[in-house]
Amino acid sequence: MPMLTKRIIPCLDIKEGRTVKGVSFGNLRDAGDPVELAARYSDEGADELTLLDITATLEGRTTFLRVVEEVAAATSIPFTVGGGIGSEAEVEKLLSKGADKVSVNTAALRDPALITRLSDAFGNQCVVVAIDAKLINGRWQVVSHAGTRLTDIDATKWATEVCDRGAGEILLTSFTADGSRKGFSLDITSAVATAVPVPVIASGGAGIPAHFLDVFTQGRADAALAAGIFHYGVIGIPEVKTFLKNQNIPVRL
Amino acid sequence: MKQKIKIVHYKAGNIASVQNALNRLGTEAGLAASPKELEDADKLIFPGVGHARPAMEVLNQQGMDQAIRDFSGPVLGICLGMQLMAASSEEGNMKGLGIFPEQIKRFTGDLKIPHMGWNSLYALKGPLFKGVAENSHVYFVHSYYMPQCDRAIALCRYNQPFTAAISHNQFFGLQFHPEKSGKPGMQILQNFIDL
Repeated sequence: MPMLTKRIIPCLDIKEGRTVKGVSFGNLRDAGDPVELAARYSDEGADELTLLDITATLEGRTTFLRVVEEVAAATSIPFTVGGGIGSEAEVEKLLSKGADKVSVNTAALRDPALITRLSDAFGNQCVVVAIDAKLINGRWQVVSHAGTRLTDIDATKWATEVCDRGAGEILLTSFTADGSRKGFSLDITSAVATAVPVPVIASGGAGIPAHFLDVFTQGRADAALAAGIFHYGVIGIPEVKTFLKNQNIPVRL
Repeated sequence: MKQKIKIVHYKAGNIASVQNALNRLGTEAGLAASPKELEDADKLIFPGVGHARPAMEVLNQQGMDQAIRDFSGPVLGICLGMQLMAASSEEGNMKGLGIFPEQIKRFTGDLKIPHMGWNSLYALKGPLFKGVAENSHVYFVHSYYMPQCDRAIALCRYNQPFTAAISHNQFFGLQFHPEKSGKPGMQILQNFIDL
């Protein structure tokens, strides 16, 4: 019977026009040309792509816009862009370059009304709210500014609030698991996915195909995002999807 | 003579994506923001994302509502474009262009909304799906849907069957995004070019 498939989403962290990857948001290593990687992942069966701009400079921003434009021209799958987005004007520019969705994180924490403004202007289907969560004394708290600042906000509560404000999707990253390759944080993923009415993308910790199975079953995620394992060829997207299909998870092959 | 394809330009369309997809197929498409700019077009693509009501208001202001209804060549509505071509929508409780007599409803029930991601098509009919296999996966992102109907040329299923594609006279509508649907999507766009 036809049914909605679970999505596998490679994430490209982009700095000065190159793909980079680190552990818990630090220790960056070069991982190749983003346009070539995007085209390769699209061919290999990636269901979507996420491009995160992790440059802070103005020049880097211009370079990133060019990457967005080139990725849009080179692929025929949807992609989300994020990193430092804080206004309607920036979103309009990114969408006009061919991005399908934008993700907001720190700017939404600073100004939650931004979510509603973006949703009203562009539709909630294009507004992804990225939430970075860290396990502190048994409680999942939101971290901001690319993981450098701990807030007192409960991750599940924040997820519920951003949906009320107009988010169309949640990108939930476990700061605790990110880069560990020991598996997704299933408890917080399941808590958020159960609490919100919109799709949830789980991120952080993917290491082997079984981790994806776990996050779609126990974690109740609608999609799973990974970066390093794909960039460095630890496992391939076709391998993950074939594994999932054999485990009766609906995937697009 | 080479045909001229134009894309309706009304600030609610994912125009770059549609143009990119056509470019990959070796086809150029211009933009049309007014009825005058439609005069030399042979075919029309009517994309759309976002909210139905503001999109319809812009179309009305541009005089494009009537111009799309009166267009004599093939018209391809995509996502919100298809929904705006229906009789009415629960989104903003508004009237549509009335090209398709069907009504657009909101998904309800224990579901993640939007219906977002890759789902499969079945019961494919007609020239738009030539060379597209049953159960091909295409990319959807929508919170409202057209119920299953007699004019459907493709169905999909979320918690219930719904119309994934429709045709009526020279008008076609796709609920999914062919421009973001990999190989089957490109085939569907090529089929529209070849009509």
